[in-house]
Amino acid sequence: MINNLYIMFPEIFLSLSIFFILMVGVFIKKSFNLIFNLTSLIIIVTISIILTNPNNEEKIFLDSFIRDPFSNYFKILILLSTLFVLNSSKNFIIDNKLDKFEYPIIILLSILGMFFMVSSNDLILFYLGLELQSLSLYILASIDRDNLRSTESGVKYFVLSALSSGLLLYGCSLLYGFTGSTNFELIADQLNNENTGAVFAMVFILVGLAFKVSAVPFHMWTPDVYEGAPTSITSYFAVVPKVAGLALLIKFMFVPFSNILLEWQTIVIFISIASMILGAIAAMIQKNLKRLLAYSSIGHIGYALAGVATGAISGYQSSIVYISIYVIMNIGAFSCLYLLKKDGQYKENISDLSGISKKHPLIAVSLLIILFSLAGVPPLGGFFAKFYVFVAVLEKEMYALAIIGLITTVMSAFYYLKIIKTIYFDDSIITFEPTKNRTAQFSVIASCTILITFFLYPSVLNNLVNTLFVS
Amino acid sequence: MNFPILSTLIFLPLVSSFFILLSKNKTTNVSSISISLFSSVATFFLSLFLWYSLDINTSEFQFVEEKSWINNYIKFKLGIDGISILFIVLTTFITPICIISCINSVKVRVKEFLIAILILETFMIGVFCSLDLVIFYLFFEAGLIPMFLIIGVWGGPRRVYSAFKFFLFTLLGSVLMLVAIIVIYWLTGTTDITQIYEIQIPKEYQNILWLAFLSSFAVKMPMWPVHTWLPDAHVEAPTAGSVILAAILLKMAGYGFLRFSIPMFPLASEYFTPLIYTLSIIAIIYTSLVALMQDDMKKLIAYSSVAHMGYVTLGIFTLTKQGIEGSIYQMISHGLISAALFLCVGVVYDRLHSRMISTYGGLVNYIPKYSFLFLIFALAALGLPGTSGFLGEFLVLAGAFQKSFLAAMLATFGVVLGAAYMLWLTKRVIFGVTNNSEIKKINDINKSEVFMLVTLAFFILFFGFYPLPLMETFNVSVNSLISNYETALITN
Repeated sequence: MINNLYIMFPEIFLSLSIFFILMVGVFIKKSFNLIFNLTSLIIIVTISIILTNPNNEEKIFLDSFIRDPFSNYFKILILLSTLFVLNSSKNFIIDNKLDKFEYPIIILLSILGMFFMVSSNDLILFYLGLELQSLSLYILASIDRDNLRSTESGVKYFVLSALSSGLLLYGCSLLYGFTGSTNFELIADQLNNENTGAVFAMVFILVGLAFKVSAVPFHMWTPDVYEGAPTSITSYFAVVPKVAGLALLIKFMFVPFSNILLEWQTIVIFISIASMILGAIAAMIQKNLKRLLAYSSIGHIGYALAGVATGAISGYQSSIVYISIYVIMNIGAFSCLYLLKKDGQYKENISDLSGISKKHPLIAVSLLIILFSLAGVPPLGGFFAKFYVFVAVLEKEMYALAIIGLITTVMSAFYYLKIIKTIYFDDSIITFEPTKNRTAQFSVIASCTILITFFLYPSVLNNLVNTLFVS
Repeated sequence: MNFPILSTLIFLPLVSSFFILLSKNKTTNVSSISISLFSSVATFFLSLFLWYSLDINTSEFQFVEEKSWINNYIKFKLGIDGISILFIVLTTFITPICIISCINSVKVRVKEFLIAILILETFMIGVFCSLDLVIFYLFFEAGLIPMFLIIGVWGGPRRVYSAFKFFLFTLLGSVLMLVAIIVIYWLTGTTDITQIYEIQIPKEYQNILWLAFLSSFAVKMPMWPVHTWLPDAHVEAPTAGSVILAAILLKMAGYGFLRFSIPMFPLASEYFTPLIYTLSIIAIIYTSLVALMQDDMKKLIAYSSVAHMGYVTLGIFTLTKQGIEGSIYQMISHGLISAALFLCVGVVYDRLHSRMISTYGGLVNYIPKYSFLFLIFALAALGLPGTSGFLGEFLVLAGAFQKSFLAAMLATFGVVLGAAYMLWLTKRVIFGVTNNSEIKKINDINKSEVFMLVTLAFFILFFGFYPLPLMETFNVSVNSLISNYETALITN
């Protein structure tokens, strides 16, 4: 076994570096900057480790840990998005006095948890990874501990998330009881639709996962946590755990539950439709940008789940493409929030954006591109994300799902247009400070460039994702 | 043909809009205006060259460009034939006129306005060049973004409402088309329309797919009862926006019927003919009556556009040679006439800041040049022989009489109504008594306005007397469209 340890080299490196920078933080005073930069370095090194290591499927620890193209893709996506989220929020963190050295360390810990989640091939490892991630996220949500809203959101998230983890664990134990195994592949062999108890377990696990990706009807925490947590944390919440959650959802559908397709498909279709509709309607009346983005992310998860609901590999691929483009759009959107600074305060209401096109044309154009892309208007990247999902959905002749999805697209276009209206049509009220936050600017520009030029080579991402499902 | 001439045509305006973005002069905007004017005129000449070098004796698509795009199964495919070239030339012809018009009418954020117009031009040319359903949808929808901004940023007092209505109506209509496109893809394995023409789409799917395409085209056309966004959008849009909207955006739907609905779904087109007749007749008569009662000049012209588009749909779905040729002719001529009328309204609006008919009266006594040109356009709009407006309507009616006497009768009645509202408008605005003292101080049209309006008037009269250049261009393509349609009907 010890010869095979190289399979989990990225995880080992990550854990050791976390301990190392924790020591740095403890023994060196005022070390936020150092640790922050070290964290970025660790992320980059981990990415290069993953990229340079072989990509083929290998298992270790009694087949409970798996390294394959699928998990590697998600690990890189998680790391890259964290890199962008973290760096563009640095000024925000310092301005809001959140520059405690634990901040980046806890983020790295949650990434470690996600690594184990996406690499798990066993219920126990999966649950451990999930809990490591969740515990780190509870702390992050309440990291602004003197702020009432932040603390509240942390507690809220903890209570609800712990409940869902409980359900999940109950599902796992049921699954073990009915199939006699914790290994995903062995479970898959044992399962069939006559195994009613296992179907029960599947429902519990699905509920737990739906909570983690904030799909309706398990979305209640999302708006409050998004609004209450500091923006830097919100942007992390909106992007990275969603990716890991969706990866896990796809993994569960693809491996252990692949033989009870009809049972889970109905549930996934329902939560997908419910998320799309709620995301579209509830966002219309929001006044706070972060809250609006929370509802919009619920809607987007609905579209990603529509791809999962097809129960076909092409559908899973389309969801992965969807979530990847979603990540790019959300990093852009949140990075724009870091540029809206006035008198030391970051503005987060839609009305604060009023008429910024006159004084800050670049922010306005970037938001325009990102918002139209979120709305799924061609020729921007967001359109292709939706396009691939609907191609997959219609391949399975799920017409109702496709039509509901497209109608909610139109409904959600309404609230994105409302923001664009505020930016472009209304009179200017606030002049923001010229920003020194170069990394946030870079993230915004990078995200816009990708979204605009996506239509030139729309199949790059597809070709990449096509290689993930070889088995 | 190795040189990608169509891509050049499509992306030339986009590239030049990028240069405008980089150009710097804050006070006069001379450089942005000259860059955009130069590039749009260059695009126009390029499209004329295309028209010149197009072989009009074949119905094959020419200048075809193909490039693998999405996973090798959806191709980026462009090409033109005798029908699309006319719409391309119309687009490239109207765009420089819009840019000239904005010298007088747009006062704020000129640079952004020009960028929006040029990006819109790219998308519009793209619509008429695309030979792939996905590309078509891409360009068709993408045009919403610049148009939304043009209405919303530079529009009138109720611009927000109008811009939202425009955007959401059109988007809602076209999402069903997207579903239909994907379904076609799974049925035939391709979205390349030249291949779909050859593979017959199964009978049982045709009707529902045809309706999905209709939902998009009917909104864009606009057909009764989903036309209500158009008057709002026109009234609030700035002059150049109205011109583009009426002259080109509305033509996309008519072009879509010819390029997609009829050749791909011949059986459904036959089946739904009565529906289209009914909607067209209602559009012609009802919106003409509504136009009669308008107080707002722009709104009146907008409703008249709906009525004129009624003739277009009627003509297309007669599925006769005269009907279809008449519709294409009507679309081109309406492109010129409605553009001219909106420019005329823009001219007086720039001076008195009112679109109300009651503000004006007796203009002929003070601004005779303007009044003369206005009269030409009004007469062209009501279809006076000798103007391009006459020929289109005449051919459509000739086609309609072959298929349905009742529909043709009622449509003819619409011609009378058209004359009524246009003449009454002219009477109230150009002639009549001057009640408003400000009119006495009004200036006659300046050089750039004379240039725009005279050019348009020239072409309206030219194509009224000498329709051959247009007719020859689309003749063969229309013949093959009809013969393919008839073969499809016989084989099924």
